[in-house]
Amino acid sequence: MDNLLGLLKQNARLSIKELAVLLNQSEEVVAKALEAYEKQGIIKGYQAVLNYEKLDNAPVFALIELKVQPKKELGFQEIADRVMALEEVEDVYLMAGNYDLAVFVKGKTMQEVAMFVAKRLSTLDSVLSTATHFVLTKYKQDGVILKDEEKKELRGQMVV
Amino acid sequence: MKKIPVNRNLDSLKPSGIRKFFDIANEMKDVISLSIGEPDFQTPWHIRQAGIQAAEEGKTWYSPSMGFLALREEISSYLQRRFDLHYSPKSEVLVTVGASEAIDTIFRALINEGDEVLVIQPSFVCYDPLIRMSGGIPVILETKAENKFKLTANELKNKITPKTRMLVISFPTNPTGAIMEKEELEALAEVLRDTEILVLSDEIYCELNYTEKSHVSIASLPEMRERTILVNGFSKSYAMTGWRIGYTCAPVEIIEQLTKIHQYMVMCAPTISQYAAIEAMKHGDEDVKRMRNEYNMRRRYLVDRLNAMGLNCFEPEGAFYAFPCIRSTGLTSEEFCEKLIYSKQVAVVPGTAFGDCGEGFIRISYSYSLKHITEAMNRMESFLNELKHE
Repeated sequence: MDNLLGLLKQNARLSIKELAVLLNQSEEVVAKALEAYEKQGIIKGYQAVLNYEKLDNAPVFALIELKVQPKKELGFQEIADRVMALEEVEDVYLMAGNYDLAVFVKGKTMQEVAMFVAKRLSTLDSVLSTATHFVLTKYKQDGVILKDEEKKELRGQMVV
Repeated sequence: MKKIPVNRNLDSLKPSGIRKFFDIANEMKDVISLSIGEPDFQTPWHIRQAGIQAAEEGKTWYSPSMGFLALREEISSYLQRRFDLHYSPKSEVLVTVGASEAIDTIFRALINEGDEVLVIQPSFVCYDPLIRMSGGIPVILETKAENKFKLTANELKNKITPKTRMLVISFPTNPTGAIMEKEELEALAEVLRDTEILVLSDEIYCELNYTEKSHVSIASLPEMRERTILVNGFSKSYAMTGWRIGYTCAPVEIIEQLTKIHQYMVMCAPTISQYAAIEAMKHGDEDVKRMRNEYNMRRRYLVDRLNAMGLNCFEPEGAFYAFPCIRSTGLTSEEFCEKLIYSKQVAVVPGTAFGDCGEGFIRISYSYSLKHITEAMNRMESFLNELKHE
């Protein structure tokens, strides 16, 4: 990953001006590089990393393991497309191993998520089975530690 | 007994002047510090693993006094491939307990009572006291902001006397971030070639050079190897400060003498750390590059912020420090640092910690995350704005 992407991954709110200083480039060059990344679809968006647990009415998250019957010609794409289209679904990954699709779902309550799985996911044709795992707490998400304590300074105060 | 009679060289040493300042910092809450002089990166995992493995396998005995030959061979080949230096691993490389042990050992081995030792300042806090402990007389070579804190041949020439025994240089420099390029070192070498003066070249920050050209060691210049004692280590390049592994390289006659002191003093450098250091030299190049790249981005950001807030900062080209001038505030270095910590809880180090000629400057370490540096700079900017309106 180049430095521009690395910096934005850490903090997407860095301004073009700040990025230019950090990268020793002109603002123009940085702006163009950003545009190119967006056009190529390498940068897909800029989002806040939320610690949902701090919100009133914190939502519930679950990981659903989906076993599916891949379709001739289409493979997993068709089922993935249908799963992705559901707005409760946050992430969809095709997995190697014991199941096929890992689906992260967000809902208001456990009940709601359970009903969503029962009524919307497991009923999709070509879905063979589902297994639902509720998330109890998130410690780290998108590379960001969600706990409040600042990363502890492990260094002493050696002023050499 | 009225007064415990201590060694008279020791008696004349002042306790570190910044102790008081850090006592304040340690007692305050929410202090955001830019004062630490060691990498914020953890030792790369594969290097730590080599240390763990050595411990697991029970490799917990003394090593040969000069260090494991495997490590000395790695050091020798590293110095050759990176800086075109040639030292025999068998007889010209000594592994020490950090570069600090090497520095002390060199002074004790080569300085006699009353010898003058030229030492650049502002510089690392340990040279001056260790020279005094060995009976030497430190003679300060002030490097100046207008010369980008490089040492000039004239400044060197002017301070040489018949008593001058040694010159201590350290580029890239802590705290100024100064570096010296080949031609600039060559000018110094030209002054030294006609003399009997030895050179202690502390190159601990050699991998943290942000110019297009890579670091040049004075020992690689013609006729300089014979009079130079090179000091280096793993602390800064590989983020291995706590492992305490350094080394010194010099012609065999000098290394033999250093080894005597080293044997009597510490027997050998830590064994487990030596295994980690071998791994660092073998497979650590990418880590060094990655860390340098990170430091370099922070360096540009920090210098840009300092200049934008009106603190004149010469562009540091090495190490991980910026050394801005704070004279425009009308405060002394210590006043500046004390006010800054009381009003904004930001800790930086007064330039005077690195020699009297550091007056008018502060040292800011960028061995911190960008987020941390940004917050500290925001606070410092508001501090300066408030100062203006006082």
